[in-house]
Amino acid sequence: MSFVSVFDVLGPKMVGPSSSHTAGAAVIAYLAQKMITPPLVKADFTLYGSFAKTYHGHGTDRALLGGIMGFETDDIRIRDSFKIATERGLKYTFTPCDTETEVHPNTVDIRMENSGGRVMTVRGESLGGGKVRISRINGVAVDFAGEYSTVIVIQQDKPGVVAHITKVLSEANINIAFMRLFRESKGCTAYTIVESDGHFPEGIVEPLRENPNIKDVMIVEP
Amino acid sequence: MDFKNAKELLEICEREQRSISEVMRQRECDLGEIPGDMADHKMNQVLEVMRNAAHQPLKNPAKSMGGLIGGEARKLSDHAARGKSICGEVLERAITYAVAVLEVNASMGLIVAAPTAGSAGVVPGLLLALQDTYKISDGRIVDGLYNAGAIGYLAMRNATVSGAVGGCQAEIGVASAMAASAATELMGGTPRQCLDAASTVLMNMLGLVCDPVAGLVEYPCQNRNASGAANALIAAEMALSGITQLIPFDEMLNTMYAVGKHIPIELRETALGGCATAPSVCEFCGACAGER
Repeated sequence: MSFVSVFDVLGPKMVGPSSSHTAGAAVIAYLAQKMITPPLVKADFTLYGSFAKTYHGHGTDRALLGGIMGFETDDIRIRDSFKIATERGLKYTFTPCDTETEVHPNTVDIRMENSGGRVMTVRGESLGGGKVRISRINGVAVDFAGEYSTVIVIQQDKPGVVAHITKVLSEANINIAFMRLFRESKGCTAYTIVESDGHFPEGIVEPLRENPNIKDVMIVEP
Repeated sequence: MDFKNAKELLEICEREQRSISEVMRQRECDLGEIPGDMADHKMNQVLEVMRNAAHQPLKNPAKSMGGLIGGEARKLSDHAARGKSICGEVLERAITYAVAVLEVNASMGLIVAAPTAGSAGVVPGLLLALQDTYKISDGRIVDGLYNAGAIGYLAMRNATVSGAVGGCQAEIGVASAMAASAATELMGGTPRQCLDAASTVLMNMLGLVCDPVAGLVEYPCQNRNASGAANALIAAEMALSGITQLIPFDEMLNTMYAVGKHIPIELRETALGGCATAPSVCEFCGACAGER
């Protein structure tokens, strides 16, 4: 379990009105946009549970849209995110889903599309007090909170890939706090999520990509 | 240094003869790997945001996004200024600041979640009221915030602070427990008395449902921030007087969490029951739906 700081309890400093439905939503979307090359041209949000029922009144929609544009929880621009998205040419939709109930009460699926036509989906859960969990990437179950500096590697599930990742990180003198592997099924796409206490330098992306089974590498800073 | 529950926290405090705030500050330095002065700097920033949010609506009342609240803090302070308060200074100030913070929150202004946004008024409400009345330094109020943080951390770690998971008792209840413990330390109580005060609050607010009208963090949330501040003051007074509690804080947290899981989904932040479905509310929502 990750460290709960006193500033997680007395925090976040945030634009109201709800830590789970406004700040948490902004954090999920903020993390999601870090996983795809900008600029985004479209963002579709599917809302579940309490998110689906009360998103409008909590400003969840403004917060998600703000987060996807890179606004942090205490960025007062969240108030005006509809207008700003329109100015930036970012299309967006919000769809409440009442049929799927086997999810955490505050869950959102985000489908992002960038100007290169690339599509990525991310599921996030808002756990209360501004804490979140990313629970799916492109349909694959994963688990990370975005509280540490994180590297996400999308790879083919083949021998030697993980060894390559740890070798590159070791040569960059990076201390791994957590490292987990998630996959669709044997031999298919897999995700390695590495969290570190320090920061991952941009310079590690290229050496990581040198392995032919690695499809993509993303760095997500908290 | 770390502690997983209130029992361990109390053992550390009693063994090392330190206050809860000192232990929590040390924990932040150790596990957060930051020096004490940087932690204090961050906590002073927290205090500043809290103070601004508590005072701003007294000068400039603002209508909330949903139109359900706005101007309550100003009414309370005007009432007190006319010498009409029946609460006494500490409680009158505490509820005024508590509702003020919720007004800022509901108008999409800047607040500090403590532990959540919907309960953000309770801790600053009571601590700033005590500061006004007893001329407590900012340094000591920062101590109070570390103390409150310890209680909130335990709730986050071992139970929940989400209204969608545990009802309002997990939000206002925990905020009030945090405020009660902090107030107890600021007014000279022992760590054990702080935890007894926190335990008392959870007991007194057990089962409180989360039923926001129209799904907005406005009403009855704002009223409940005032009641959370009042409950904290009651619990702190009882603890400081030497009243002890049979049920320790760890057990009350477990109890609160267990009760929360039994609260039906309609009463956990879904706006499908409780105050949210009272006839007058439906009338209000019908009217506002027509306007949209």
